[in-house]
Amino acid sequence: MNTMNKLKSTAVLACLFTFSHNASANWIYVSNEKDDTVSVIDSETNEVIKTISVGERPRGVTLSHDFKYLFICASDSDTVQMMDIATDKIIHNLPSGEDPEQFALHPDNKHLYIANEDDAVATVVDIETRKVVAQIDVGVEPEGMAVSHHGKWAIVTSETTNMAHWIDTEKQEIFDNTLVDQRPRDAAFNADDTELWVSSEIGGTVSVIETETRTITNVINFEIKGVSAHRIQPVGIELTSDGKYAFIALGPSNHLAVVDRKTYKPIKYLLVGKRVWHTALSPDEDKLYTTNGVSGDVTVIDVATLKATKSVKVGRYPWGAAILPKEHIPN
Amino acid sequence: MITTTIKLASIGILALLASNTIAAADLKISIVYLEHETQRQPVLSSLVSWPDDEGEIGAVVGISDNNTTGKFLKHEYTLERIIVAADDDIIAAAENALAGSRLVIANVSADNLLKIANLPQAQNDLIFNAGSADNILRDTDCHANILHTLPSRAMLTDSLMQFLNKRRWNSVFLLEGNRKVDQAFADSVRRSATKYRISIDHEKRWIDDSDFRRSAASEIPVFTQARKYDVVIVADEDDDFGQYVLYNTWLPRPVAGTAGIEPTAWDRVVEQWGAIQLHNRFTETAARPMNSIDYAAWAAARTIGEAVTRTKSIEPSELKTYILGNDFSLAGFKGTKMTYRKWNGQLRQPIPLVHPQSLVALAPIEGFLHQSSELDTIGLDQPESKCQAME
Repeated sequence: MNTMNKLKSTAVLACLFTFSHNASANWIYVSNEKDDTVSVIDSETNEVIKTISVGERPRGVTLSHDFKYLFICASDSDTVQMMDIATDKIIHNLPSGEDPEQFALHPDNKHLYIANEDDAVATVVDIETRKVVAQIDVGVEPEGMAVSHHGKWAIVTSETTNMAHWIDTEKQEIFDNTLVDQRPRDAAFNADDTELWVSSEIGGTVSVIETETRTITNVINFEIKGVSAHRIQPVGIELTSDGKYAFIALGPSNHLAVVDRKTYKPIKYLLVGKRVWHTALSPDEDKLYTTNGVSGDVTVIDVATLKATKSVKVGRYPWGAAILPKEHIPN
Repeated sequence: MITTTIKLASIGILALLASNTIAAADLKISIVYLEHETQRQPVLSSLVSWPDDEGEIGAVVGISDNNTTGKFLKHEYTLERIIVAADDDIIAAAENALAGSRLVIANVSADNLLKIANLPQAQNDLIFNAGSADNILRDTDCHANILHTLPSRAMLTDSLMQFLNKRRWNSVFLLEGNRKVDQAFADSVRRSATKYRISIDHEKRWIDDSDFRRSAASEIPVFTQARKYDVVIVADEDDDFGQYVLYNTWLPRPVAGTAGIEPTAWDRVVEQWGAIQLHNRFTETAARPMNSIDYAAWAAARTIGEAVTRTKSIEPSELKTYILGNDFSLAGFKGTKMTYRKWNGQLRQPIPLVHPQSLVALAPIEGFLHQSSELDTIGLDQPESKCQAME
């Protein structure tokens, strides 16, 4: 009964907020892999305010640095879609190569680095000319993608080759490879690009790689009471810019790990939805959103208290998330 | 003869491709794929067939995966295929091929595997068994130079019994075929039933004296007449009659075993855990679905690849030590890391329970606990195996 009342009152609030204006809330774009849609959540009400039809099997999503466009990996449509935030219309289907899964946008807001999972290549697309600039041979099943903040390096992780490949973004060539544990899924640079974090889903670890030497300096292991080790499968990584926390989504263990960046040790495990894949931090870094594939929802986490505060039902198999800051929300 | 030439030609093409992509390898890893073609007994249904290249293509895809990784490390993998016709002498072929320290993926019968493993030429080899599910190879007849990537029958039947236990289908009608493999499967079912407290209340031997394609609807109900059972288990590894039992049982009950709900190492219906990628790579090469023998051969090639990548060695003894050690793990598209049992060399792996259109469940079934790995609740756990050879 209590929950029902709460639900009703949030629904009423949702109406109020949509009829007033939205400047106080961010929008969270969530791709629903099995529904071919993107759900948009209002951060103030934690309600889905709209659901947008996109291409087949949408997975990775990211926003342009000017927040005008949302890029969507429509894996089964073999394209990266470019959606206009102002109109929710797909304005371009970029030539992405086959089966794009994840991508990262270079700080120049021009070059998109795309992992083509079925093809063992990474494709670099110029989003202005909408042309393929380069295709780079990588390992089997490329998945995780990251570009350093200074823009010199792009990273692809390949799931069956178990490597992080280092791409020189000037030459569009691999210049080094770092071997990590089984099935690397995601990669993230810290704010000053001194560290690269790579999660290994089947290995059950996160490797911290010193970017200067490209060697592993720390391997983080996870242990959750009452959860068998084989269910702990690290996927999405989010690093706070203050250098305090790393948030690691632990897949079918249904938990999110909070790692202390000074000690490289997990300090807390938060119960979230089922099969948690990816995460997104709000612009103020006060809220974290996790996509929970099997339970079909998004968990909202309060960063200050490290507590899960809400769960928001979205579509089937939510996969990726990207956040549009409130000041960029279209009228 | 024709098939041999075609095979040789395709090896040539592969070799060409490999030499184009890999420049000056620092480490060359040659793997032998050894197969003895089987002369299958005839079966009733004309829909049942076995691919000629089963196992072989699994090894090819595994080698190709290894080479994609290898090109970043300057490691080059090649596959030497030795495929011996059913009435030719596999042992003589093995004697020639296995001298020196070799890495071998074997798709041969249990009897021949043991003979090969005992050859003086094979003593420094590391052989991966991708062709025989016989429990005895993981038990009293285990061998220091054999690792097993194909699940044992015990792993399959334990998985099925966990599922039956979970569903409370406690009473079984066991229908056993007349072939040697059927007896092996039925024996394994009996062993697993005891382990998981499932009661085999009725047992019958199949009578294969008529064409059941025409008479299944009238014969099978009578044949399976009994007052109570929860499930019919069919032991018919060659698919001679099992498929006719479905929907024709006296009591309206599910069918499991080698027909109906089947425990298997791999099937096209396994599509979670990134498995689609492996299916896609396989069907690009073979234009048919990947089966369990293919999967076992692929897993063997990938095991070698992982061990070589991490140790930078091609010495079988060093690779074996690494593979059986604590640092080894293999991602096998079944949702969890796969490792090897130190006590008998069996690859630990989840077992999908499938029907032709979908995955029913994945064993180990949740709730069956184990002190070290839940994967050891299926198959011969350390106290159950009498293997002495692995030291």
